[in-house]
Amino acid sequence: MSDLKKIKEEFLSKLNKKLNVSEINQIKSDLFGKNGLVSSQFKKIGTIPESERKKFASDLNIIKDELQDLINLKINEVEINEINEKLKKEKIDVTLPERNFVRGKIHPVSQTIDEISSIFSEIGFSVEEGPDVENEYNNFTALNTPYNHPARDMHDTFYLDEKKEKLLRTHTSPVQIRTMLKDKPPFKIIAPGRTYRSDSDQTHAPMFHQVEGLHIDKDINMGHLKGYLNYFIKEFFEVDKIKMRFRPSHFPFTEPSAEVDIGYEIKDGKIVIGEGDKWLEILGCGMVHPNVLKNVKVNPEKFQGYAFGIGIDRLAMLKYGINDLRSFFECDYRWLNHFGFDPLDVPTNYRGLSR
Amino acid sequence: MKITYDWLKDHLQTKNSENQLLEKLTDIGLEVEGIGNTSSDLDKFIVSKIVRTEKHPNADRLKVCDVDIGQKKIIKVVCGARNAKEGLLTIYAPPGAIIPKNKMKLVVTQIRGVTSNGMLCSDSELELSDESDGITELKYSKYKDKIGKKYFNKNNSNLIDLAITPNRPDCLGVRGIARDLATAGFGKLKDNKINKIKSKGKQKISIKILKEKNQGCTIFGSYLVTNVQNAESPKWLKDKLISIGQKPISAIVDITNYVMLDLNRPLHAYDADKIQKGIVVRNSKKGEKFKALDNKEYKLDEGMCVISDNAGVLGLGGIIGGIRSGTEFNTKNVLIESAYFNPKSIRKTSKQLNIDTDAKFRFERGIDPLSIEQGLIKAANLIKEVCGGEISKIDIQKVDKYKEKNINFEIELFEKISGFKISKKEILKILNDLGFEVKGDKKFLKLKVPSWRPDIEESIDVVEELVRIYGYDKIKKIDPIKIRSKSTLNKTQKLFHFLQRSIATKGYQEAITWSFTDSKINDLFKSNMKNIEIVNPISSDLNVLRNSIFSNLTIYLNKNLDRGIKDLSLFEIGPIFYGSNPGDQETVVGGLRSGKVSRLSWIEKDRNVDVFDVKKDVIQTLVESGYDKSKIFIDDQTPNYYHPGKSGRIFLNKRKDKVAAYFGEIHPNILNRIDIKTEALLGFEIFVDNLKQPKKSLKDQKNIYQVSDFQKSERDFAFIIDKNFKSQEIIEVISNIDKELIRNVNIFDIYEGENIPNGKKSIALNVTIQSMTKTLKDKDLEKVNKLIVDTVENTTGAKIRS
Repeated sequence: MSDLKKIKEEFLSKLNKKLNVSEINQIKSDLFGKNGLVSSQFKKIGTIPESERKKFASDLNIIKDELQDLINLKINEVEINEINEKLKKEKIDVTLPERNFVRGKIHPVSQTIDEISSIFSEIGFSVEEGPDVENEYNNFTALNTPYNHPARDMHDTFYLDEKKEKLLRTHTSPVQIRTMLKDKPPFKIIAPGRTYRSDSDQTHAPMFHQVEGLHIDKDINMGHLKGYLNYFIKEFFEVDKIKMRFRPSHFPFTEPSAEVDIGYEIKDGKIVIGEGDKWLEILGCGMVHPNVLKNVKVNPEKFQGYAFGIGIDRLAMLKYGINDLRSFFECDYRWLNHFGFDPLDVPTNYRGLSR
Repeated sequence: MKITYDWLKDHLQTKNSENQLLEKLTDIGLEVEGIGNTSSDLDKFIVSKIVRTEKHPNADRLKVCDVDIGQKKIIKVVCGARNAKEGLLTIYAPPGAIIPKNKMKLVVTQIRGVTSNGMLCSDSELELSDESDGITELKYSKYKDKIGKKYFNKNNSNLIDLAITPNRPDCLGVRGIARDLATAGFGKLKDNKINKIKSKGKQKISIKILKEKNQGCTIFGSYLVTNVQNAESPKWLKDKLISIGQKPISAIVDITNYVMLDLNRPLHAYDADKIQKGIVVRNSKKGEKFKALDNKEYKLDEGMCVISDNAGVLGLGGIIGGIRSGTEFNTKNVLIESAYFNPKSIRKTSKQLNIDTDAKFRFERGIDPLSIEQGLIKAANLIKEVCGGEISKIDIQKVDKYKEKNINFEIELFEKISGFKISKKEILKILNDLGFEVKGDKKFLKLKVPSWRPDIEESIDVVEELVRIYGYDKIKKIDPIKIRSKSTLNKTQKLFHFLQRSIATKGYQEAITWSFTDSKINDLFKSNMKNIEIVNPISSDLNVLRNSIFSNLTIYLNKNLDRGIKDLSLFEIGPIFYGSNPGDQETVVGGLRSGKVSRLSWIEKDRNVDVFDVKKDVIQTLVESGYDKSKIFIDDQTPNYYHPGKSGRIFLNKRKDKVAAYFGEIHPNILNRIDIKTEALLGFEIFVDNLKQPKKSLKDQKNIYQVSDFQKSERDFAFIIDKNFKSQEIIEVISNIDKELIRNVNIFDIYEGENIPNGKKSIALNVTIQSMTKTLKDKDLEKVNKLIVDTVENTTGAKIRS
């Protein structure tokens, strides 16, 4: 057996034992140190007869590489074992609770307003606003509801002065007046906001929310009214089919006027919108009365269109199965947390209104 | 308006079912609000005969009656009526029946030890009349063969409750509803036969309408019916009134009510013998008094329309009659009034006196001025039929003529508004059936509006009639076009939505509370604002508009604390009010946080929420909304509801801006006042209307991207400085030394106490220095260091800590 082979055999067996890092390093220096076994073999190359030199050098290099690789492997293995040992000792109970976090929520009425705005945005409506305190003229007279008209009895009004000139708006319709006085036709707006009536029971709260719609142009007729509202309701309830009924009604500021019912049924104690043979009233609408247009200096011979008013709270109740209107305004933390929406759930066209 | 199908059939010839009726009513705008089942309730009442009575063994005034109810078995009923005697025919109510008067449901009961199977009823209990003394006595001849039969006529007609809109007074009478139904193809309207009364007798009571300014009465028609015998109404009439939930009183009163309900023609009946020297219709004088049929005495103002005689006011025309001239059972001569009262006058008077009656409701909506005679004839004939007597000649006084309304209707308008076409023939048929008189050519129709339709004033009203009758379901949907020519939200609205959701991401639950609040709580938060009172609040604790979001938010936060929830974060974004004029409002985001952070956490020590928590929430929200943090300036001037030492005021810019926000601890006195128990209560208010919109839009801001890849250095400094010196200022001083090089200044320690002189504090800062153009050499850095120390020492009086 040649020296080389012997060295290889011997150290292979040494390296195959269980070793720590310093023992491996010792072996490394025994082999490749200044006077190491392999190093000294290299020094010998010059003395080897020319005919064998080439083969010797080649064998030596192979053995060197083999042993070096093995040593590196071994060091790596030991180091990994040592790290693993260390990590094992560091093990903790990851089932312990995380640090406390708090989660904010968006009120269902705000979420519903954003949903409504998102739908109407797509069909070209922009959002207008008006003040909560209104004068008597904008809230009633300009809307073709003169003083001493019985239609005023339909609105129980909060007043801010004895003369009844200043009041809390009873509907969002005065925003129609403000918008039309401010700008020129065409108009295509919605106006969500707070409204007030001095009425309070299970189904009435002294404050509630409405969204007003106004669409005035040269040739907007009842077909548009029906088509646009049908589109809105279908989108809002996120259903493919919607059963909708227009029925004649009366509002002083629209002529003809209509109320809109949607079909529903109760399935397993839950309300299902769009099916069934029961009807639920959800909004009032109609063609804007020529007198209203005259009051805001819009020529009814040239322009016509529709307006509507929808109860936002009512829509939210139907969509999200909320039973009691008053609970919207009672700020019960548990209720807000349950019915509220994550602030990142912004209703949009591309990702849909809700998850 | 309550009707029954049976009553409708008096005017309508139809074979349709009740369900079809309900559907049709709704389709033509006469909304069915409810269906009451009065008749089946009354089905249980049975004609019965008392076969034997004996004294109750344990009660002197009670009798035990054996009653024949037409079945094999005679049953026992305990009865207290004195007139309960053997052989009497009366009305029996079995267990399960509901007594109309008190809505009590009968059950089998023990009365002093004797079982009573139901009850024998009195007129008053059945609301047949006011007679409550004893049980009803039925005429033997009429009822002897009807024992066991239902007392109330079996009619399948349910009570239908209609919500008649205020523009349709004509449908406050059954006939008007029938006309609408017939027009819409639901049966045929029957003729309204009026037998003209031929009489020779003069109407002897003089009637005079004074020609005064604002006279509320324009026409007054009357008949005098003499020698009547007022009595209970006949059964058909009682049944009719009962079927729609009205209570029969006496024939004369019932007849006037019947005509009103049937034709929407309100009438009034006077006992003619109680009228002193004729009737004068005039404006009231201030202070005049009269006692009305509701047993209340009214003190009148000037200018109310009154019916009067020589002795004073008899009644308020079209609203309510007076007791003095009311008819009674012994009334001999009746004056029936059928008049026209001006709706505005009626409404004004009734509002002033706060009276609501059936007549008022009708007159203020507008009664057909041409129905005077028709109503009078119908009533007079009925009175004669029921009570006998002679009818006088008719007397009609007028101070104003009825002006007929004419509309020139352009046929094309129908399609222009409705979006669909119907034939001219169809149009003519509908208008004729509704009572219009129509003349016309190809393009225009000359319409004479029926006198019973005060709501129809112009062409658009005619369009509504046509669409309504033809059917709203015929309107063809036009799909929306998805084109947006204007942005949906303006900048302010976008900011509103951003702030709302940004605050929520900081862990706050959004609340929506009333815009009004309790003035007692509002007082705590209103600073120097005035209370804005609501004249007619819904309750005394919601009596003012809120001057601050905090008033309601603290109330509701406290309710949640009472529920045992301790760590609360609530916010509301909405209006607060500083005046009572439209627009005297601004939008505020108000938030409250209570309790602790990391409560009951195994990993982190808990602590009370504090000023710097809410400060972080506000600043982060403002920065997220696009405001430059480096420009934000804070001082300690805050309203009195904040802790004076632990609250701050935020400006977006040091010099000129309005207050952007307040933050801080809520004043401990307020917690005491409203009895709030929590470890800590912090709040903030962001004044949305004071936030100037950033000049640059986001896309313009993104355009500029500048960062430095040259080496940056950090240097720490500690200064000893006056305790009250504001740290904000020292940061500002350092930042301003060289805006090119000094990138960031951070305070990492504040220390007072040992080794620091009294009245001083140590403030440790870390300053990041980096150039945009080169790597700084030690020499450059030294220069900056020295400049920082010198400038801070010179401008603030601080000393570097060595």
